[in-house]
Amino acid sequence: MKIGTTVNGAARQDEIEDRLLLVHYLRDRCGLTATNVGCDTTSCGACTVLLDGESVKSCTVLAAQVDGREVTTVEGLSADGADPHPVQAAFRQEHGLQCGFCTPGMVMASVSLLRDNPKPTEQEVREGLEGNFCRCTGYHNIVRAVLAAADGVSS
Amino acid sequence: MSVMGTRVVRVEDPRLLSTGGVYTEDLRDPRLTGALHLGFVRSPLAHARVVSVDAAEALAAPGVVAVLTAADLGLPAAPPMMPNFNPAMTLPALAGDVVRYAGEPVVAVLCEDAYQVEDAVGLVDVEYEPLPFVVDMRAAARDEVLLFPEAGTNTVCTFGAEELDEGLFEGCEVVVTREIENQRVAVASMEGRAGAAVPDDDGRLTLWLSTQAAAMSQGAVAGWLGLGPEQVRVITPDVGGGFGAKIGADPEHVVLAAAARHVGRPVRWTETRSENLVAMCQGRAQVNTVTIGGTRDGKVLAYRLDVLQDAGAYPRFGAFLPALTTMMAAAVYTFPKIETRARSVVTNTTTIGAYRGAGRPEATHAIERGLDLFAAEIGMDPAEVRRRNLIPRFTEPHATSTGGFYDTGDYPEALDRALWASGYDDLRAEQARRRERGDEVQMGIGLCVYVEITGAPLGPEASEVAEIQVHADGTATVLTGTSPHGQGHATAWAMLAHEETGIPIEKITVEHGDTDRIPDGTGTFGSRSLQQGGVAVQQASIELVELARQRAAQLLEADPSDIVLDKDRAALQVKGSPTSAVTFAQLAEKEPLGVKTKFVAPGPTFPFGAHVAVVDVDTRTGKARLRRLIAVDDAGTVLNPLLCEGQRHGGFAQGAAQALMEEVRWDADGNPETSTFASYPFLSATEVPSFELVEMATPTTYNSLGAKGIGEAGTIGSTPAVHNAVVDAVAHLGVRHIDMPTTPQRVWTAIQEAAR
Repeated sequence: MKIGTTVNGAARQDEIEDRLLLVHYLRDRCGLTATNVGCDTTSCGACTVLLDGESVKSCTVLAAQVDGREVTTVEGLSADGADPHPVQAAFRQEHGLQCGFCTPGMVMASVSLLRDNPKPTEQEVREGLEGNFCRCTGYHNIVRAVLAAADGVSS
Repeated sequence: MSVMGTRVVRVEDPRLLSTGGVYTEDLRDPRLTGALHLGFVRSPLAHARVVSVDAAEALAAPGVVAVLTAADLGLPAAPPMMPNFNPAMTLPALAGDVVRYAGEPVVAVLCEDAYQVEDAVGLVDVEYEPLPFVVDMRAAARDEVLLFPEAGTNTVCTFGAEELDEGLFEGCEVVVTREIENQRVAVASMEGRAGAAVPDDDGRLTLWLSTQAAAMSQGAVAGWLGLGPEQVRVITPDVGGGFGAKIGADPEHVVLAAAARHVGRPVRWTETRSENLVAMCQGRAQVNTVTIGGTRDGKVLAYRLDVLQDAGAYPRFGAFLPALTTMMAAAVYTFPKIETRARSVVTNTTTIGAYRGAGRPEATHAIERGLDLFAAEIGMDPAEVRRRNLIPRFTEPHATSTGGFYDTGDYPEALDRALWASGYDDLRAEQARRRERGDEVQMGIGLCVYVEITGAPLGPEASEVAEIQVHADGTATVLTGTSPHGQGHATAWAMLAHEETGIPIEKITVEHGDTDRIPDGTGTFGSRSLQQGGVAVQQASIELVELARQRAAQLLEADPSDIVLDKDRAALQVKGSPTSAVTFAQLAEKEPLGVKTKFVAPGPTFPFGAHVAVVDVDTRTGKARLRRLIAVDDAGTVLNPLLCEGQRHGGFAQGAAQALMEEVRWDADGNPETSTFASYPFLSATEVPSFELVEMATPTTYNSLGAKGIGEAGTIGSTPAVHNAVVDAVAHLGVRHIDMPTTPQRVWTAIQEAAR
C-alpha cells in the first residue's frame, strides 16, 4: 500500500508492505536508525517516537497507521545544526545515558512527559517513564535530567 | 588546571542523543549491502531427541535462501572452556541429536528479508521425542536425569574441600545454618545479541559483533571454525550494554560466521527479546548453604559456605563462578576458620555465564544474609555484629585463607560512614515506633559490607594495551584495548591523554574494538578498564611526551633535560624560552609521532564499601518498596565522578532488582515462564528511589592512578542490603528469612507462616 507521511518535518510518500511496523519504516525506509527495538512486547519503550506530538511505541504501530500524520524521532528533535533540545542537553549534562540504546526512546518519552506536565515532581517523572526501560543508569540520572530540563524549559 | 577528578561531561553523548549510536543492527556498511538475514529455529522443549528436520515448506517460502542444520554446517562442538570441566559436556553450535534446554538453536534459516525470517522459522518442521528433564539444580545434583549420559553425572566440576571438617564448629556457643538461594536472573542488556558477517575475497571473515572483548570473540569464533585468529577480523560497533554476557562467542555467533562462509554472502543477525531471554547467558543461579558459628557476644569463630552452582545446559563461565564465590568467602571479616566447598551441575536450562559481579555478589550475599541470621539468633544489632568481626584498616596487602589478597582497605570506616549518612540510630528509632504502634506499613533496615575482586586476569597477566598517535592537524587518536559499552572510555581516556600532553579533550578521538587495529587488546569486563586500560593510556601519554621531548630537543638544539611541556599550547619548549618551542602537531608533521605500550598490573585490586537500605513493607500485601539506599563504594581514586557515580547507580538498581523482583523461572514442564519483557519483571523507574552516595577513596598502590574497579561494586553491595532490609521489616513478626526475589507473594506468605 501507499502512505504519505511527514517525518521530522519532511513530507514523503512510500509504497509499503501492509504489515510493516512504524519502527522498521523509520529505520529501514527513512534511514532513521536512532530509534531502536528493545523488545517484542511493547514493554521497553526503546522505540518511542512522537506521532502528531504524542509519544507512541513505534514497534506497536503499523506504518499504515501513520498515513497522513506526522512523526518525530530523536533525529528531528532539534533542527540541523541548531542547539540541542533542552531534554537532550539535560541528558548530557546530568549523565542520563550510558550505552545509549534506550536513549532515543527515553528522550522522546521525556519530551512528551514534559509537554503534558511541564513541572513534574520526581515521582511524576518516575511514573511517566515507567514504560521506558534502562539497564545502565538505574534511572537516577535520567530522572535528574528530566527534572533539570523542566527547570530549564520553564526559566 | 588538572582535569583529574573533575566532572567532565561525555564526549560520546552529542552523537548518541541526536543521530543515535551505530549499533550492529544500524550498520549501513557497503560491505553489508544485500546481506541475508539469519534466524533460528529453537527448541520448544527442555530436553528431547531431535528425530527429524523437514525444511521443505520453509525452503519453498518467499525469500528463503538456505535452511541449515548442524550436519549442514559441519561445525564441531566446542570443548569445555576450563580444564577441570567434565570433558563429555561439550557445546554444539546447533543442536545435533539432542536438545538440552528450551530455546536452544537447532536450525539456522537464511532469508533475503528480516520479516521473511520470522515467517520461515515457523515453517521448519522439527520432530522431537521428549526426554526426561531436570530444571532444578538440586534435583540435577542427584543425577537421576542426566543431560550427558556419557559423562555419567551432571556434575561439571567441584571446588574446595573434598571432605567437610566435622569439628569446624566445635567451641561455638551458637551455630546457625540456612540454605540461601541466589536466584537466576536475566542479563537483559537493552541491546540483545547481534552480529554481521562478511566473507572477504581473500578467505578472511569480517565480523561485526556486539561484544565486550573483540579479541576474545575473535579467538573463540576462529577457534570454533578451525581458523587461525588472523583469519577473522572482529569489529565492535556501538554496544548497547553487556554486563558480562557479551564475552567470547555464543553458538549463534559461530553459526552466523559459518553461515556467511557457507553461502558466500554477507549475513546479519539480531536476536529478538524473546530469544534473548531464553538463549543469552544468564546470571547467578546458586544455592548457598551457609553455616556460621560463634559466641553469644557476636564473635564469629567459624564459617562454612557450601555452594551449588547451576551451570545451565552447557558448562561455560557459569560453571566456573564458584571459584570466585569461594575465593571471596572470607569477605571483610576476620573469621578464624573458613571452609568452602562448591559443585557445578548442568540442568535443562539456559546456560549460565558472567553477570555484573559474576561470582562475587553471591559470596557477599551469602555471608551478609548469613550474618543477619546469626545476629537475629543472638539478639544483637546487625551493625554491631559486623563491627565485631571486621578486618581493621590495613595499608599493606592482606591475605585471606580463601585465596584473596586484598590490596588496601578500611572496612570499619566504610561501615561507619554508611551508618552515619543513613542516620542509622534514628532509623532504628523510627522502626521501633512503627513496631510498637503495629503499623500496617512496617520498615526494614538492611546492611551490607563488602569487598570484591576487580581486574582479575583471565590469562597469565593483568594487563592492557594502549596506543596514542598525534596528527599534523593537532588532533590525536588513542587506541585502547578496552571496549566501552556505556562506561564512557572515550571521555575518560581523552581526559588521561589530555592531562599528560595538554592536547585538548575535544581533539582526542578514542578507538577500540577492531582486532586489525588493536590486535592485542583484551576488553572490558570484571571492572578492569580504568585500572588497566586507563592506566595504559596514561602510560602511553607519558611515553609520548618523552618521545616528543627527545625530538624537540634535536629540533630546537637543546638538551632534552632543558625541554619542558607547555600544556596550554600542547607544545614542548626550551625552559625559560617560550618562543623556542614546537607543538606536538608540528612534530607530527615532520615524522609520525606515536607510541604503543602495555601496562601490566601487579595483580587485581579489591574495592570495598558498605550499603544501608531502607524499605517499607506493607504487611497487608507483602509489597516491599525501596525507600532509601545509602552507599559507600570505595574504588580508590576517582578520575571522573560523573562516570563513577553512573556506574554505581546502575549497579544499585540491578542489585536491588535481584533482591526485590527479578527471577528467571521455568514451569513444571520445563517451559520458560519469563521469556518476554511482559513476563520478566524488569526493573522500572518507579521501583527505585534516587540513591544517596557517600564518598570514600582509599587509593590502591597497584597503579599510578590509585584506581580500583567500580563497574560491579554497586550490584554487589545493594542486593544483600535490600534483601536484609526486607527481611528486617518483618523480623519482629517472627520471620527470619525470605528467599529472593522478595516479591509481595513471598513476603506475605512468610508473614502468614510466621504467625501460625
